[in-house]
Amino acid sequence: MYKILRREDLSSNVVLMDVEAPMVAKKCLPGQFIILRVNEAGERIPLTIAGYDRQKGVITIIFQTVGATTMELAELKEGESIADFVGPLGNPSEIEEFKGKKVAVIGGGLGCAIAWPQAKAIHEAGGTVHMIAGFRSKDIVMLEEEMKACSDKFFCMTDDGTYGEKGLVTNKLEQLINEGENYDAVIAIGPLIMMKFVCLLTKKFDIRTIVSMNPIMIDGTGMCGGCRLTVDGETKFACVDGPDFDGHKVDFDETIRRSRMYFEQETAAREKHACRMEGMKNA
Amino acid sequence: MPNMSLEKTKMPEQAPEVRNKNFEEVALGYTAEMAKEEASRCLNCKNMPCVAGCPVNVQIPQFIALVAEGKFEEGYQKIAETSTLPAICGRVCPQESQCEGKCVRGVKGESVGIGRLERFCADWHMEHSTEKPKKAESNGHKVAVLGAGPASLTCASDLVQLGYDVTMLEAFHAAGGVLIYGIPEFRLPKAIVAKEVENLEAMGVKIQTNVVVGKSVSIEDLMKEEGYEAVFIGTGAGLPSFMGIEGENLNGVFSANEYLTRINLMKAYDGKHDTPIFHAKKVAVVGGGNVAMDAARCAKRMGADVSIVYRRGLEELPARKEEVHHAMEEGIEFKVLNNPVKILGDDKGWVTGMEVVKMELGEADASGRRRPIAVEGSNYVMDLDCVIMALGTSPNPILKKSTAGLETNKKGCIEADETGKTSIEGVYAGGDAVTGAATVILAMGAGKTAAKSIDEYIKSKN
Repeated sequence: MYKILRREDLSSNVVLMDVEAPMVAKKCLPGQFIILRVNEAGERIPLTIAGYDRQKGVITIIFQTVGATTMELAELKEGESIADFVGPLGNPSEIEEFKGKKVAVIGGGLGCAIAWPQAKAIHEAGGTVHMIAGFRSKDIVMLEEEMKACSDKFFCMTDDGTYGEKGLVTNKLEQLINEGENYDAVIAIGPLIMMKFVCLLTKKFDIRTIVSMNPIMIDGTGMCGGCRLTVDGETKFACVDGPDFDGHKVDFDETIRRSRMYFEQETAAREKHACRMEGMKNA
Repeated sequence: MPNMSLEKTKMPEQAPEVRNKNFEEVALGYTAEMAKEEASRCLNCKNMPCVAGCPVNVQIPQFIALVAEGKFEEGYQKIAETSTLPAICGRVCPQESQCEGKCVRGVKGESVGIGRLERFCADWHMEHSTEKPKKAESNGHKVAVLGAGPASLTCASDLVQLGYDVTMLEAFHAAGGVLIYGIPEFRLPKAIVAKEVENLEAMGVKIQTNVVVGKSVSIEDLMKEEGYEAVFIGTGAGLPSFMGIEGENLNGVFSANEYLTRINLMKAYDGKHDTPIFHAKKVAVVGGGNVAMDAARCAKRMGADVSIVYRRGLEELPARKEEVHHAMEEGIEFKVLNNPVKILGDDKGWVTGMEVVKMELGEADASGRRRPIAVEGSNYVMDLDCVIMALGTSPNPILKKSTAGLETNKKGCIEADETGKTSIEGVYAGGDAVTGAATVILAMGAGKTAAKSIDEYIKSKN
């Protein structure tokens, strides 16, 4: 069992947890992920590591309550435990090579929870970081201070203009490039559709772009093949070949389609879970 | 006077039309009378050809003689002298190509039902024995066993009985490997695997789940920092293979590993677990091995119409005969001499069918089997909403990538000699991680050999 040492609501549906997992904390690096199972009847879900403290043996995860499993996870309190928590899985992100380089790091929504530690690592390694964080609306803006602290320039965008600048992350990125910013690379982490459009834009300007993929998977060690995606015409497994890939080579349309594999069942499970919670409140 | 019946004593089974709708065990096991009757078919040959056919050299005529006398517990003890997991082997070994394949009774009629008798003894023991597993006196030497499938379970069991301080490190949340994620409940009840694992723990084996060696901890850490004097790698087969044909990434195409793991390990079939499973109506399973049969029979139980698509003929199916027989009885269609060309999908990316070409058999190839050749112009389309690929696996790259000096062969399998020794001192390997996808019993044999080598190695150093 893996004890929850801290639990915090970052917004109405985003939760941060510090979990006691010394083995994972000892080895993990930015960009890697864990797989957890909330309880004995639970499914295994991958979550990217948002932070770690090697000395305390603690891993930070940040997740959005989008499905039954994340809703169950969010209901756990400080001091309670998660049944299974395995990692670090996947390959670490490239960090050192950005020393002395200029990188635009783009986070979309919950993706900021993963983009932020990468930005921080690049910043600490001596890279110049311009961070663009995009959110749907003001009420889900999170980690702003943390992101600011590790960026040479920071821009917050909201779709509806309720906070920061109105517009999409791609609008800001295009503006910066047009104003003469020469980026050695762009790192984009967020919804598939956002990563797809960032890649379409950067391809136009021929800027190397790295994306972080988080597809459906079970074991996270290469055994199930559920996480496969097409990169440069070849089938790759996100868990052992990724999760970071050259965004210009990823077949996003296929990946978006595959992410909806269990959409109906996930919707039903979520509704069932929400009903049960509602029932408990009213009882 | 031996029982000269040409046929094996019939195994009680759930009726095909009943069992193809549930996940309970198909073969129900012999009664004591049936076991004695079948045991009396053994001629007790002096040269014991059956023993030579067993990868772990179970003393077959001796245990069968005990069963014939009604000494079932003694029969079990005889098997247990050389085999770690008889309840499992009795159910999943390919007996027809091993012990039973060598049985003299098989020359005219059916061989003795050695597997069935092994299973009977093991089940008898589990049900009747109150004896607790013995804990050997500790010799103080630490050994790490990576993975918790058949090779690792066997290796750990032999080592702990020799007094070693054994820790198993397993990537999944439960021990058992392919016995729990791959082989379905109806062929090998998970309670039996759990019982075997409990026995190991009672003997003193420590099991740490949720540890991916090569990621959570390295082999070097284990040996240099954590004081393990030797390591056994029994991490099993790796990444599922695909055909490389068009449409394999459509929604509704799964590796057998994924499909079976969702059903067996994650129990997606029972409606009480959260893991989703695709409820297909018409399924094609591509491949002809045990994994293909398991996937097909699971899909059938989930309510689908199921076909096996295999490029060679019925004779060439590599699966255990009993599995093929059971699958046919359960209503699974065998489209042999058929090979997929491409998978077809709709505009939303879901499988709608598969184009298949008919095959004929030509000359024998390197494997000794006749090579299948496509019949030009014989292509046709099967209407489907799901395709399961059961084509074997390629080795997992995690350990190789994270372990400097660990040699692998051209295919990427870990190099180990006949004693299980790898290119790194103190590191041994066996099972599918070395051979590529093979059988439970071969993995057990390798685990056993490696345990002996590790014992010799550690003794030679101290």
